[in-house]
Amino acid sequence: METVLDQEKISFLQQKAAETRALIIKTVHHAGAGHIGGPLSATDLLISLYYEVMNVRPEEPQWEDRDRFVLSKGHSAIALYAVLAQKGYYPLEELYTFDAIDSRLQAHPDMNILPGLDMSTGSLGQGISTAVGMALGAKLTGKTFTTYCMIGDGESQEGQVWEAADAAVRYGLDNLVVIMDYNKLQQYGWEGSDGRERAVPVPSPEKKWEAFGWNVMEIDGHHFGQILTACSQAKATKGKPTVLIAHTVKGKGVSFMENAYLWHSRVPTDDELNSALQELGVEV
Amino acid sequence: MQTIQNGNLVSMRDVFGETLLQLSISDPRVYALDGDLANSTKLNLVAEKNASKFLQMGIAEQNMIGAAAGLATVGLQPWACSFAAFIAKRSLDQIQVTVAQPKLDVKLIGAYSGLLTGCTGKTHQALEDIAIMRSLANMVVLAPADASEVQHVMRFAHEHTGPVYIRLARDPLPVVMPQDYSFTLGKAVELKQGSDVTLIGTGTQTVRAWEAADLLEQEGISAAVLHMPSIKPIDRDAIIDAAKQTGALVTCEEHSIYGGLGSAVAEVLVEHCPVPMLRVGVNDKNSESGPNDALLQKYEISTGHIVKRAKEVLRIKAGK
Repeated sequence: METVLDQEKISFLQQKAAETRALIIKTVHHAGAGHIGGPLSATDLLISLYYEVMNVRPEEPQWEDRDRFVLSKGHSAIALYAVLAQKGYYPLEELYTFDAIDSRLQAHPDMNILPGLDMSTGSLGQGISTAVGMALGAKLTGKTFTTYCMIGDGESQEGQVWEAADAAVRYGLDNLVVIMDYNKLQQYGWEGSDGRERAVPVPSPEKKWEAFGWNVMEIDGHHFGQILTACSQAKATKGKPTVLIAHTVKGKGVSFMENAYLWHSRVPTDDELNSALQELGVEV
Repeated sequence: MQTIQNGNLVSMRDVFGETLLQLSISDPRVYALDGDLANSTKLNLVAEKNASKFLQMGIAEQNMIGAAAGLATVGLQPWACSFAAFIAKRSLDQIQVTVAQPKLDVKLIGAYSGLLTGCTGKTHQALEDIAIMRSLANMVVLAPADASEVQHVMRFAHEHTGPVYIRLARDPLPVVMPQDYSFTLGKAVELKQGSDVTLIGTGTQTVRAWEAADLLEQEGISAAVLHMPSIKPIDRDAIIDAAKQTGALVTCEEHSIYGGLGSAVAEVLVEHCPVPMLRVGVNDKNSESGPNDALLQKYEISTGHIVKRAKEVLRIKAGK
């Protein structure tokens, strides 16, 4: 599955993604706290949503017909903040207040203080239920917006995720698209097998979602063509909600962070920051 | 539905179902969310008479609360209804993160609160819900005393933008609130004047406090009765005035003595006007199944126990 995108657009998205990853790493380094691995695995998906897929107006964040986005895996907030800043929801320099007292950029998203956030999240498994409510609310009020929700694979150990999965099918929420950032690592998890350092948090998610009655698509979560094609197919699917199982790499973009569970929430040293920025090939 | 007039036994849940039905008809924003207990809570009135406003969320309270939060962001006013035990405890984190912290316009209905839940025993009783809900920032906590007051607090909650928890009881109770009553958030209601001791009740225990005051009067003790429908915010002035006027207080609640009305009143007293005070509530015990009267006796929250505690606090006041 792949859309043939013009090379210019792909180059633009790739450049944006590299800049976003650099911002994420620099911000966490500056704050001396935060998550790295999950935000980097989610970056290409978020860039796709905010630059190509979602119908939003950064200059009018509360526009009532906007598409909604819920970051259920709230600890990847820094990735969302970096994207929102670049889209103009708030000043880019404010990114460096992340995790500071009185900052609008809380460690986990707070919808009441930062423009562009459709839901407060952080305690895992909860965002998806709120996305179900938004999509249901759209149906009840005759609104045509789509609700997008990103969940983590580790997060999917929460029972509430599956309560939400069931409810979404019962109400036929074809205006809901869940994107699983399937990076196959959680904060600590279980010891792995078959040569993997850690076990997969939720094995065979595609079968689980399918068993709940969802329209399931598996994609490469770092391939813009696949992401955009899947999003447009999801929107065209009627009668049931769609989940995109997006295969991703935790720590994507920086070789020494990739697939290393300890980079879930490590803060880079000065040297690590420089190496990471060099690898990403951007200075922002 | 029975006539709501003083002395009549009327069930809060009948009035709850009827009132929510009316709200759902008159206001397009109002939706009733059910955790599969509609025929117990009487939410089935909405399901049967205004089906498009009834959303069955199944036996999945955590998702129900999150979905309610999502509905509120779209401009709707969801009323999420279940037993108090499940609303306040099973979905506590969900309430805090997606309802209370973002101050969303979600109404939470804790039916079958307290000890008297129809022989269902400790898993279905809620003796901690006031303590839990009142500890959440932005949450309004209300416990009406009778069926007539249920209508008042529901109309308040409907007009108030933001999270409200309403604690309801299962069984019919005598109507005690005055005919000309109107609810004001954060205001206590003086049901009876007295000079020796003030009995402060909330929810179902206001009726028993009122009965206890009559029994005390027969023994020559003048007990004032104050009803506290709004536990958060609480009426500090009324508590301080009561302490000054009678010099002794007894709190009465169908709840644990920890964290509920007794704790809230004690906090005000200690900070502003310390006088002798005793609490009638469930004293650090898990409960069990059983008929109402037996439960009230065993867990020491009956009218007789209120009388006993009132006499004890008077002895303390007299320095004996």
